[in-house]
Amino acid sequence: MSWMDQILAQACAGECGPPAEPLAASAPGAPEQAPGAPAAAFEGGRAAVQVLDTGVSNLASILAALGRAGVCAEPVREPTALEAAQRLVLPGVGSFAAAMGALERLGLVEVLRARLAAGRPTLAICLGLQVLAERSAESPGVRGLGLLPLSVERFGPGVAVPQLGWNSIRAEPGCRFLESGYACFANSYRLDAVPPGWRAAFADHGGPFVAGLERGAVLACQFHPELSGAFGARLIARWLAATEPELPAARANGAAPLLSERELRP
Amino acid sequence: MIARRLIPCLDVSAGRVVKGVRFVGLRDAGDPLELARRYEAEGADELVVLDVSATVEGRGHALETLRALRGALGIPICAGGGVRCLADAEALLYAGADKVAVNTAAWRDPGLIRALAARFGSQATVLALDARRRPAPSATQDESGGPGGYEVVVAAGREATGADAVDWARRAAALGAGELLVTSIDRDGTHSGYELPLIAALAQAVSVPIVASGGARSAAHLAAALEAGASAVLCASILHDGLARLSDLKQQLSAAGLPIRPC
Repeated sequence: MSWMDQILAQACAGECGPPAEPLAASAPGAPEQAPGAPAAAFEGGRAAVQVLDTGVSNLASILAALGRAGVCAEPVREPTALEAAQRLVLPGVGSFAAAMGALERLGLVEVLRARLAAGRPTLAICLGLQVLAERSAESPGVRGLGLLPLSVERFGPGVAVPQLGWNSIRAEPGCRFLESGYACFANSYRLDAVPPGWRAAFADHGGPFVAGLERGAVLACQFHPELSGAFGARLIARWLAATEPELPAARANGAAPLLSERELRP
Repeated sequence: MIARRLIPCLDVSAGRVVKGVRFVGLRDAGDPLELARRYEAEGADELVVLDVSATVEGRGHALETLRALRGALGIPICAGGGVRCLADAEALLYAGADKVAVNTAAWRDPGLIRALAARFGSQATVLALDARRRPAPSATQDESGGPGGYEVVVAAGREATGADAVDWARRAAALGAGELLVTSIDRDGTHSGYELPLIAALAQAVSVPIVASGGARSAAHLAAALEAGASAVLCASILHDGLARLSDLKQQLSAAGLPIRPC
């Protein structure tokens, strides 16, 4: 059994039928699908989630969290699978350059950008949030997805870097997914501004930074919801329940310009 | 503000949690999954799982235990024990660890720390540092704060290296270790409190988080280690033996004014 098979078996054991079979097809009660058809929501409230596998992420923790949420998940890496995914998780562990390099090698940059701009259900985690920006101090000269007209910066001096552990976050009023509470972080870099059109949650580590962002059905977390205990499980459940982008039409096609940044006030 | 962490530690051998005193006299302390579930429910901020038999008996890590823990727990898991190379670390991460602790192999080849950090990131690279107090010499005063400083000991407490713990910590952090899991062998399992001068010296020397281990008995011990500069405190036998509950410890630390995530 390869490690991937083992992860799949673990993620779906007890939730989605026998392990080591094609996940979407093995779920009890899953509707028959035409070959090549995108994985659709299952009957009985269960849904398929695709998790982008860039080869550098904590896939096992994410698949386990989705399994506990009662959802079948499968790792994907083809552009067509990304486009078709009803719900997509964009994990991220490793460096900004390694993550962008993997996205470019796999030909996923444009598909991902379009999906995010349209506000389709996408959960970006940790480095997955950072690659939404234009660039990062971690990897000078490397272009991010550019959905956020921002630069990712390193935590300032005087605080432990990496930030490891639980920090209290406060969500802006009107957030669809994010709520205030304690969330689990593991990062050395962070965003310190919010573009218009996004709602955010903030935390403090030597100054305020962006703990999470949401727009439409896109939820981007600097923290790890899959490692944030009951708080994270509730957040994942809310995101899984969201099916339709709630974006104005002008933004849904990605045409809305992201004009200026909102600086954070301490 | 980031909360200080309380981390139960499961020393695992042959699928069971074990615990000894000063690394020897291991006795059975329970089922890993059962204990871990209880600790998460009681407010554990993270879990450390060490395969304590791995280095000595040449066994690989109990990946099965790790997979079961990963499936059940929604908090970070740091795994260690017998990690000799990148492939060992990769196996632990794929089985569900979020961080990997290296000890003996990193001492023998410090390049392993750099390689782990480059491949998996500093946030996933933990140096486990076991230290023993040196007998106080008459003349020299070591910078570690103890009378004779602290010596790095590897191979599960069996092999003294002669090296100074603070020097090794600095070097490991510079190589990319994102966290130091520091165990005082003198205090391990003794319930006599953490080795505070060691914690303070290391916290002064490096900017990465320090997890203090060895000697916990009471909330006052935990508070003292956190006040000495630890970002997190490890507990094992007091929890396994039911001498303290995580939720009570967290409440007491919170009441003492330390930033703690409520259960």
